[in-house]
Amino acid sequence: MFWINTKRIFKFGLVNFWRNGLVSFASVMSMSFTLFVVGGLFLANNFMNSALDEVKSKVDVSISFKTDAPGGDIEALKNELALLSEVKEVIYSSRESELANFRERHKDNEILMQSLDEVGNPFGARLNILAVDPDQYDVITRFVENKTSPELGGDQIIDQVSYKKNVVDKLLRLIETSQKVSFGISFVLALLAILVVFNTVSLAIYTSREEISVMRLVGAGNFYVKGPFVIEGIVSGVLSSFIALVALYPAAIWVRDLTAGVYGGVNLVSFYTANFGKIFLILLLTGVILGLIASFWATRRYAKV
Amino acid sequence: MIYFDKVTKVYPNAKALEDVTFTVESGEFVSIVGHSGAGKTTLLKMILAEDKPSAGQVFFDSINIHKTNRRDIPRLRRRIGSVFQDFRLLPNKTAYENIAFTMVAAGRSDEEIALDVPHALELVGLGDKKWNFPSELSGGERQRVAIARAIINQPDLLIADEPTGNLDPIAASEIIEIFKKINEIGTTIILTTHNKKIIDSLGRRVLTLDQGHIARDDKDGQYVI
Repeated sequence: MFWINTKRIFKFGLVNFWRNGLVSFASVMSMSFTLFVVGGLFLANNFMNSALDEVKSKVDVSISFKTDAPGGDIEALKNELALLSEVKEVIYSSRESELANFRERHKDNEILMQSLDEVGNPFGARLNILAVDPDQYDVITRFVENKTSPELGGDQIIDQVSYKKNVVDKLLRLIETSQKVSFGISFVLALLAILVVFNTVSLAIYTSREEISVMRLVGAGNFYVKGPFVIEGIVSGVLSSFIALVALYPAAIWVRDLTAGVYGGVNLVSFYTANFGKIFLILLLTGVILGLIASFWATRRYAKV
Repeated sequence: MIYFDKVTKVYPNAKALEDVTFTVESGEFVSIVGHSGAGKTTLLKMILAEDKPSAGQVFFDSINIHKTNRRDIPRLRRRIGSVFQDFRLLPNKTAYENIAFTMVAAGRSDEEIALDVPHALELVGLGDKKWNFPSELSGGERQRVAIARAIINQPDLLIADEPTGNLDPIAASEIIEIFKKINEIGTTIILTTHNKKIIDSLGRRVLTLDQGHIARDDKDGQYVI
């Protein structure tokens, strides 16, 4: 009996959805909008995170050594740094590879190349230090500065310690703020959209309250009165998640083209295609849950008689 | 079958029923007459458990309607067929589906539904309109769908609240003829109406309500107001 009942509820729900044409269309549209916002939020959050990671990975402290610094001393400092818990990685770059890098960067500049040939290798070796967390660069630079103090003879091997602290700090703060702002905006938008969905669905049920009272009067139990509305809610949710999923693709392209100049490495479209299943699942689940809650809530409100 | 025991119903700004006591026996055809606002519809609402009395009790057989668990009310309503002045059909369902829905609600099988619904539609003379939506039917036709719906589960009691109120005289008398037939096969009928002609032609028991009181109870009554 339960199986027959469920089958009938599904049929009623689907038929009602179809016959309610305009009202169903309105709920699907408002729900699609909500899901679009949810999907957009997910994509934007990912965008911000990867941008942040990108910046974090580019931040480092670099120590350039004098050309005559002994390899053993450099190796010792490197090992010492690598032992610090704040340090994620220490990358050693030899004099030769520094020269090669420089040549590569300026290979079109003939005068520079010629003078290089005359001078020989003017570069010292270099250590690039990556921190576990950008906040820890202060600790690392302090450590390095102590090492390079003249009393310890550090100035004999180290030429320069460079750290683009201000730029990095500003960038980090900018990203964090924009993350907060975008989260706030998305939260408000999502809240608004959810309210719109609730209103549309409850409006749909409100217009059916006469119908609900008739069902009650012919002796229909809760299952038959509320069931079809719940199915309608789920159908709206599923359809809306498809629409939102399709609509997110051109939106991702638009954002990619818009931000192409800002972060070359971040590509929303490839993220979208790579995580298609995940995004679809998130939207589908959100849609179905939204539809369920809205229809439950509205039937509770209007299905008394 | 139906027993009203000193029923009073007070709305915030009006008294709809006051100390109403009467009994309807199984198989009776009772008409309730009275001016608008005399309390006729309120009385029917009590039987359908659509509304609660402020004082007193209403019994359906031995069931105290308003002491019944909310969950058991659908089962009670399935024993009562109801017909209203404004038809109250489901607008999104065809004539066939409207009737079938009542059977679905009562937990009947698909086979029973496929067998009984066409039969009921034939009975009310709408065999050729089963796939029409209510909006595509005339008032008289809609009321006949409503009657077919009301009797499809073979209820013990049929309640009709001004069923001819929105119909022309010919359609109205056709509806009354259908009611008579239903009564003949043993269904108890409670009918409210304004229509003197109908009451006089029926020649059955008439309860006259006046300002919430039972003013008269005539065995083979005439319309006296």
